[in-house]
This record gives sequence, structure tokens and C-alpha cells, in this order.
Amino acid sequence: MAKLLAVTLVLIAIASAVPIIRHTWVPPQDISTHGALIDEQMADTMVEAGVSFLAAQILLGIFIWKFSGRKPTATIGNFPGGATTLVGAAVILVGLEVLALGVFGQKAWANLYFTPASPNSMPVQVQAGQFAFYFRYPGPDGKFGPIHPDLINEGTQNFFGLDPDHDPDSKDDVVTAELGVPENREIHLLMRAKDVNHSFFVRELRIHQDFVPGLDLSLHFTATKVGKYEIVCSQLCGLGHYNMKAYLEVMSQPDYEKWLKQKATEQ
Amino acid sequence: MKSGYKFAVTLSMLSLLALVMLHSGQTVSAAAEGKITGTVKLEGTPPHQRPIDMSKDPVCVKAHEGNPAHTETVVVGSGGGLANVVIYLSEGLPPAVASQVPSQPVTYDQKGCMYTPHVAAVDVDQHMKITNSDPTTHNIHPLPQPGSGNIGWNKSQPPGAPPIDAVWKTQEVSINVKCNIHPWMHGYMAVVKGPYAVSDDSGSFTVENVPPGSYTVTAWQETYGTQTQKVTVAAGKPGTASFTFKAK
Repeated sequence: MAKLLAVTLVLIAIASAVPIIRHTWVPPQDISTHGALIDEQMADTMVEAGVSFLAAQILLGIFIWKFSGRKPTATIGNFPGGATTLVGAAVILVGLEVLALGVFGQKAWANLYFTPASPNSMPVQVQAGQFAFYFRYPGPDGKFGPIHPDLINEGTQNFFGLDPDHDPDSKDDVVTAELGVPENREIHLLMRAKDVNHSFFVRELRIHQDFVPGLDLSLHFTATKVGKYEIVCSQLCGLGHYNMKAYLEVMSQPDYEKWLKQKATEQ
Repeated sequence: MKSGYKFAVTLSMLSLLALVMLHSGQTVSAAAEGKITGTVKLEGTPPHQRPIDMSKDPVCVKAHEGNPAHTETVVVGSGGGLANVVIYLSEGLPPAVASQVPSQPVTYDQKGCMYTPHVAAVDVDQHMKITNSDPTTHNIHPLPQPGSGNIGWNKSQPPGAPPIDAVWKTQEVSINVKCNIHPWMHGYMAVVKGPYAVSDDSGSFTVENVPPGSYTVTAWQETYGTQTQKVTVAAGKPGTASFTFKAK
């Protein structure tokens, strides 16, 4: 019985590794300039963890096969150095593995979080509120007008609480329900939560960042391929979380300018 | 024998009289039912109604293919008629008439990810039947003023869900209604007492079942607020009231 368990264990381990090795499931297309780094990090993690996993399972299988059904008087071997050394060795082994992944991945992380947005990036503000995303472009003056939360009125489409009659900077602000961006242009996304936690997740861009009420967080990215992609909320925010999404439209520069002009007329 | 006969006749006559008197206090005879008709107009240019971007829910986008939805804060028909104005009798109603509640429920539908009607009027204690005609889930959330006596609630309705039955306990003009899932959806429920009407696309309205008397008629519009007028209704002679709101 134990030998059967040992064999089954090893077979399951190998069977679960096969689809990963054969790339049966491919990640979604990568349309971002830093996407390659993230995908590489993912692959490195898979290899490291995969090798350790298979080694551990096969070793377990061997031990079960070899040492099951022994006589009660058989001698029990000990790990050289005793239990403390065993634990110490495990900590060092796993620790080194995790450290290695951290070192390999530091470039991907630093690229996103330790590098500020470049000075000629295009700022766009995004507000996440139960249960939709709304976006604001600063308009030709390049400035975002002040937000007055007491003026927020969804019935009249004033999602940000702008007061263009009294704030000149708000006059040319363009508020949209879709994030339109030109391709190959760095976007500086300024994130604002209207009520509770939400999260901005575009899988093709390989970016994922929580909105935290009260914190001014930002992201920067460059989209490299024209198309329509989903932005989904990936932090449980209430009963409408399942339906909370918006679309990212990556367009050529002339199409983007046409789109922005059209949106400006709908204000 | 003769005195007994007299007694029987007197008793039956008195009973008949009592019955007639009792009855006449409660019902308003149909022959005396009157009405108030009129129109509501807007003077000046109405504010620009903005198109609504429903892209977050492709079901809603599909419902408006080729015909984008717009905000409905001021709806003006041809000829300057102002729609969605609630007309009700704020003063002058006898208590018996004011507490009469129509047995027909007022319908409130979610269609094309918009509320239809945008403004609904309903009596205190009159039932409302709230339906979802869209193939997407809505979560209707009426927001009465705190302390008004009406308690707010919200309820999800997936496609195919049964209608919601709602009743309001006190007069409130008006209760804001929003959808928790689709932020652009917005409407009103005006809870009044007695007969009411809501103006149509041409601005005209007819308040039915108004007993003869003198009344203060109030018109309420979501952007422009209220206006009042004194109207007299006589038997066989309907009252008229016309209102003109000024666009700012």
C-alpha cells in the first residue's frame, strides 16, 4: 500500500509539472515595455520552485518506498547533526531560494516602483469608486482643477466634484469613463480612491496596484500595442465588485487626439 | 297595531337616513369628481444634457447602440413643454381624500440601464412595483432624507428576478434613487398625499379625481424646485393651472 502511495505521489508531481514545462497555458499578450521583465521573473520563479518541488516530491516518494513496512526493531537513522541542524539547513536552503528570486526580480520591481515617471510622461487621473472607474485628463492647460467632494453628483455626470464655473483650471478638464492612451507614450496614472479600497489591474500591461483611500498613489506605464483591453477592479470593494471594470483603449497618436477632442465636446 | 306599524316605518326611515349620512361622509360621488389640467413650460435655453458613457457594462452599451443615452435633469419637448414635473395638491384636501390610496401600483422599471420613468409620483402607502427589464443585474437604492420618516433600502435584481414591492410611509418630494452598480443611473420618487400627476413630454398634465374645492397646487422639478398656484375646482368645471419655470 505504501509503495503504491509512493508511486502515485511521484506520478502526480510529474503530471502537474508537465503542463507548465510544455507551456500549455500561455500568459496573455504583453503590451507593455516592462512586461518582458515581469514574465521573465515569473518564468524564473516557476523553474526554481518547480525544481525544488519535484526534488522534494521524488525524495518523499523514495523515502516512503524504501522505509515503509520495516520491522519494529529496525534502526532509525538520524539527520547528521540532529533536529536543529535539519531545521537550520531547511531555513538556509529555502531562504537562499527566496533571496535569489528577489535578486533576479529587483530590476522588474525597481523599474515600476523605484523609478519616477519620466518628465514628459502624460498625466491622467483615475478615480475608483463603488463601482466604476472614471478618468480625468488635464486638458490643454496641463493642470487638473481642484476636487470638491461635496459637489460630486453622479446624476449630472460630475463624478470628480469639479466646479468649472469657479475654478479656471477645471474648465478644460476632460472626464471620461474609458482610459484612452496613445501607444508608445509613457502614462503617469494618478490614482485616487473615492470611498474604499479598489485595485487597478490590466493583465496585458502587467500592472496591478491597489487604491487606498487617503493615499495619492501613482503608476507609470507605456503601452506598445493598439487595442482594447480590460481594466478590472481586483480588490473586493462591495456588492458590485464583480461588475466593476473599465476599458483601456490604446490608439495611434492621431486617433488618440481625435478621441480626446470628441470627449471634450461631451463634457 | 297602528302604533307598531308607525314605529316600524319611523325606525326604517331613520336607519335609511343614518346609512345615507354614514356613506356620504366616506365616498366622493363620481358625479362630483373633478380634475385639474394644465401645462408646464420652460422659459429660456435648457441646460445642455450630457451623453452618458455606459462602457463599463457592455449590456448597457448594446441597449443604446446608435442612440446614446443622455442625462435627464431638464427634459424639454417641442414647444417648450417641461416634462417630469410632479403636480400635487399641497393644501386644501379634505383628510378623507388625502388618505385615499389608489389600489393600482406605480411601476418603476430599469430598462437600458436607465430608470423609466425618470420621475415617478406615488401616494403615501401606495404600492410601487419595481422591475428589471435588462439582462444585467441592477441594485436599486432609494435615498430618502434622514429623519423624513422614510427608511432607505437597496436591493439587487438579477435578470429575471421578481418585481420589488415598495411602500413609502411619509410625504417626501422627492426621494433620490440611484443604482449601486451603474453610477450614472439616477431618478426620483415623489411621495405625496392625494391626487397627483407628472407632466409628459409636451409639458401637459391632468390631475384626476379632484373633489370640488379650493386648493394650492404645487409643481416640483428636480433642477428648478417648486412653484405654487391657487386653483378652484367646481362640480362639472375642471380647474386649470399653468406653470412657467425660468432657465437660469
